Amino acid sequence: MTLQTILPVQAAQINEWAEARGEAAWLTERRLQALELAASLELPKPEKTKLDRWNLSDYGTFKAAVPVSSQSALPAAAQDLIEEGTQNLIVQHNSGVVFTSLSEELSAKGVIFTDLETAAREHEVLVKKYLGTAVKPSEHQVSALHHAAWNGGVFLYVPKNVELEVPLQAVFLSDDASASFAPHILVVADTNSRVTYVDNYVSAGLNGKVLHNGAVEVIALDGAKVQYATVHQFGKEVTDVSYRRALLSNDADIEWIVGEMNDGDTVADTATTLNGRGTHSDAKIIAIGSGAQKLNFTTRAVHFGKSSESDMFTRAVMREEAQAIINGITKIEHGATKANGQQTEKVLMLSPAARGDANPILLIDEDDVMAGHAASVGKVNPEQIYYLMSRGISKTDAERLIIYGFLAPIIAEIPLELLRTRLQRIVERKLGQ
Amino acid sequence: MATKFVIEGLKAQIEGKEILKGINLEMNGGEIHAIMGPNGTGKSTLASALMGHPKYEVTEGTVTLNGEDVLDMGVDERALAGMFLAMQYPSEIAGVTNSDFLRSAINARRGEGNEISLIKFIRQMESSMKGLEMNPEFAHRYLNEGFSGGEKKRNEILQMMMLDPKLVILDEIDSGLDIDALRIVANGVNEMKHEDRGFLIITHYQRLLNYITPDFVHVMMQGRIVKSGGPELAARLEQDGYDWIKEELGITDETVGQEQEA
Repeated sequence: MTLQTILPVQAAQINEWAEARGEAAWLTERRLQALELAASLELPKPEKTKLDRWNLSDYGTFKAAVPVSSQSALPAAAQDLIEEGTQNLIVQHNSGVVFTSLSEELSAKGVIFTDLETAAREHEVLVKKYLGTAVKPSEHQVSALHHAAWNGGVFLYVPKNVELEVPLQAVFLSDDASASFAPHILVVADTNSRVTYVDNYVSAGLNGKVLHNGAVEVIALDGAKVQYATVHQFGKEVTDVSYRRALLSNDADIEWIVGEMNDGDTVADTATTLNGRGTHSDAKIIAIGSGAQKLNFTTRAVHFGKSSESDMFTRAVMREEAQAIINGITKIEHGATKANGQQTEKVLMLSPAARGDANPILLIDEDDVMAGHAASVGKVNPEQIYYLMSRGISKTDAERLIIYGFLAPIIAEIPLELLRTRLQRIVERKLGQ
Repeated sequence: MATKFVIEGLKAQIEGKEILKGINLEMNGGEIHAIMGPNGTGKSTLASALMGHPKYEVTEGTVTLNGEDVLDMGVDERALAGMFLAMQYPSEIAGVTNSDFLRSAINARRGEGNEISLIKFIRQMESSMKGLEMNPEFAHRYLNEGFSGGEKKRNEILQMMMLDPKLVILDEIDSGLDIDALRIVANGVNEMKHEDRGFLIITHYQRLLNYITPDFVHVMMQGRIVKSGGPELAARLEQDGYDWIKEELGITDETVGQEQEA
């Protein structure tokens, strides 16, 4: 290498933060290895977006989090997203988790739901085995830096044959621009288990720029079913780079429900690797772009398993000068016979200055498969406006109904009622109403 | 106040082609007028121009509802003034349920602070749907999405019943309906007959008029009303077709602007 990459995080900081957290040596060692890797890796290259022009250096510094004893002591921005009396909850406030609760019932079933730092100490075998297997440090410079610098986070383990009805919830709040904020979520659903997990990423009152370099890893073992819903609603001070990955073993199933509601620049990549036969991945994503946001959303399904099925469905609304690149990538590997990969990207443009590119990409290396894609970019249909207005509905209300209607099928899938209501409110705000 | 709807010298064009070449019509509350005529004579254009479809440009003439200038109003204002157009091809709107849409339309009339209660709304909707023999599930379906032709037409009539308009225009409400659906739709219209409400029924088949008896029948050709009469005119058209009118008036091509109507 002729150019020495100057990284935004240094080994001395990693050591210092690890010491402050009382971290296990194996973990710190992994972090340092990841950091070393970062120096030799390039930035990720999402389609049609040049990340080398983005400012991805605002990692901040680790500030020890102060735990709170009850939900009511949490910051208001977090409380707003939590139903009173929620039993299974993790809240991260800047650099660390400040509140954790798990019902006795779930605990008795062997469910582990704690911050990832604690899990690395108390459940070393599990964490060691799975951490970094879905979002690998070697993927690119950003993932390597994430593995070096992550903090707080969630570890959720659902034992074999345990089926959970109630969704588990997490909230990640950034309100101190100088504090590093890089949660890592690791979900391991053991054989034939079933779980729903919901989280929100939110910022409040930031006085400077923040980079959220986040990673989500979902490991679904044979026959496990995971429903994963996440809503990102960071303010414009936050640049959000989020990599979400699921690995599916035989007959496992993941459903992603993603709301991309940030006000700042965002790169999000949600991918499922369908390793096992008979696996199923379903990704539903809604996004609203406003202001001068630059957005790049990728949804990906990689089929290795026979008779594996993937569905990807993205709906985005772009207003003002927002620019979005929306990629759907269906990759079917050789040997994945009878696989079926379907994807749809729809973009609704509300302003002539907004931009929305939908790129459906099919990469098929096997003959005996089905694959399909549909993509559309368009304005609100004037015939629909006319129809609604002919019933006495004003033009503004008609447009609002049509835009909500465009997003409604995905909002309806959010598994917690409070979050559905909150998401509605964010949608309204993002649409300037 | 008794409803009075007056069209005078209405001319309209689409993409520079004149389709309506001077329509005159006067209607009072309680009256049912039928506009008949072969395809391509401007009937549906008349319906769309009256409602204010953005593609149709009115170039001349006036339209008033109870003395108010309709042409000066936006599409939504026309509806709030009491006009209702049951469309030939209603739009499908995904993600907006039939009931949410109807409630928005009703509340647009009632104004802020005076919204219809949910219970009252549901009761009204259920009873109207029952009358139209609609599956109650249609209340929660997305607006017209995946509805069959006949279901869409019933849904138009449902909206008419719930919105209680003063002037109803039915544009080819009978097209694509089987005989049972036709009877149900016609019953819906007949139930809504009222001394304050006028109906303008556009059709090119006489069969709808077996179920809804018009007070006046007008024949459109070449973008104009060329003949008017009572219900007996519809009966004559059923028996003899339109050729005798063309002969009488010396018309060889009754269509206008090569517009294709379905």
